[in-house]
Amino acid sequence: MTEAEEREGTRPIRVLIGKPGLDGHDRGAKVVARALRDAGMEVIYTGLHQTPEEIVEAALQEDVDVVGLSILSGAHLTLVPAVLDLLHAQNMDDVVMVVGGIIPEEDAEELRKLGVKAVFGPGTETDDIVRFTRASVGRA
Amino acid sequence: MSLGAEILQGDRRALARALTLVESDPHAADDIIAEVYPHTGHGVVVGITGAPGVGKSTLVDRLAGQFLARGRKVGILAVDPSSPFTGGALLGDRVRMEGRGSDVFMRSLATRGHLGGLARATPRAIQLLQAFGKDLILLETVGAGQSEVDVMGFADTTIIVVVPGLGDDVQAFKAGILEIGDIFVVNKSDRPGADQTMRELRQMLHLGPQRAWMPPVLAAQAQQDVGVSEIADAILRHSEVRLTDPEQQQRRMQEAERLVRDALAEQLVRRVVNQSQAKGRWHEVLTEVAERRLDPAGAAKALHLDQE
Repeated sequence: MTEAEEREGTRPIRVLIGKPGLDGHDRGAKVVARALRDAGMEVIYTGLHQTPEEIVEAALQEDVDVVGLSILSGAHLTLVPAVLDLLHAQNMDDVVMVVGGIIPEEDAEELRKLGVKAVFGPGTETDDIVRFTRASVGRA
Repeated sequence: MSLGAEILQGDRRALARALTLVESDPHAADDIIAEVYPHTGHGVVVGITGAPGVGKSTLVDRLAGQFLARGRKVGILAVDPSSPFTGGALLGDRVRMEGRGSDVFMRSLATRGHLGGLARATPRAIQLLQAFGKDLILLETVGAGQSEVDVMGFADTTIIVVVPGLGDDVQAFKAGILEIGDIFVVNKSDRPGADQTMRELRQMLHLGPQRAWMPPVLAAQAQQDVGVSEIADAILRHSEVRLTDPEQQQRRMQEAERLVRDALAEQLVRRVVNQSQAKGRWHEVLTEVAERRLDPAGAAKALHLDQE
């Protein structure tokens, strides 16, 4: 077994849930964090008003598999590319990035083009988020 | 280059990955630890423990700020409980941390079934941070009450955080928690009853044996950064006393013994389990124990006698 395989076998999936930007609504982020935890994942919650730099530094230090950003402020087309660029600068392109929030479909399409693996809008079932998260790191 | 060498050179990503390895499977990280071990053991490890909600995370964050300002290289390990049912964990200590960028390296650890208020990987995580160059490590336990005394085994200085009016004070200061504290902090000291809590704590400490280091009882309001610099001073004072303590060498030997015993236990268990599984004995013996035909200690004995 290689080191990477061994690591996959024994570690819980680690997910960072971050809230970049200025909006103060973290209910959705907390509901998702709770659902992922109940699905056996280790969820690092960063709290409100994080800069893209803080989110990427936390993702690096915590060695997460997945970064989930919750954005309700409408600034997703600024914040998400900023986080993606910083991840890239740290050679962290293997980290799966997902976004949740109120995102118009044309913007969601744009985010997916940039490398976001999934965009979850209002009303998404947490079960679907759990399923997607597992599949995205090859543990379906 | 090996992960160990990358850590010694200060590669943050390598440190993060190595921490994942020691958390996931102690055995997988044996080589890394072997490589960095000569570069560990320096500096100060500060354990911070106390009941949930007393302000441990906030205090850790403010202490990190204090020590950064004093030119120390700060690492933080924050432990939160894993769910015993799903194995999942919500690691929320970062919420209390002010953005200090890459100056502070913080890692959230889940207990993953380990009791005693810490994660099993704690000693190795400390060693990795030290190898990386951190000389002041803040180790925050899960919200603890009376039994989470493991922290003193890993910390050079243990801080017990309490708040005024947490019910019957005697309850909170039962045996164990009083004995492991090197520094006591009464946080949220602007609340009513703070003076009384401090007085009672001091009285109870004075009832105990006289020691070279008498634990100070300090008031703080971590949120407002009040009293934090005094706590940092006390930590450094305690380090100095500790270093000149004639029992220091003895403590190092005790720590070495504990670490070797733990490693030995783990290696022996792994060997016996692997071999028993290979021979098909493992399942057989577990079945006998489950059906009450064999007792657990007898089963263990039978399994390791099989080896010989």
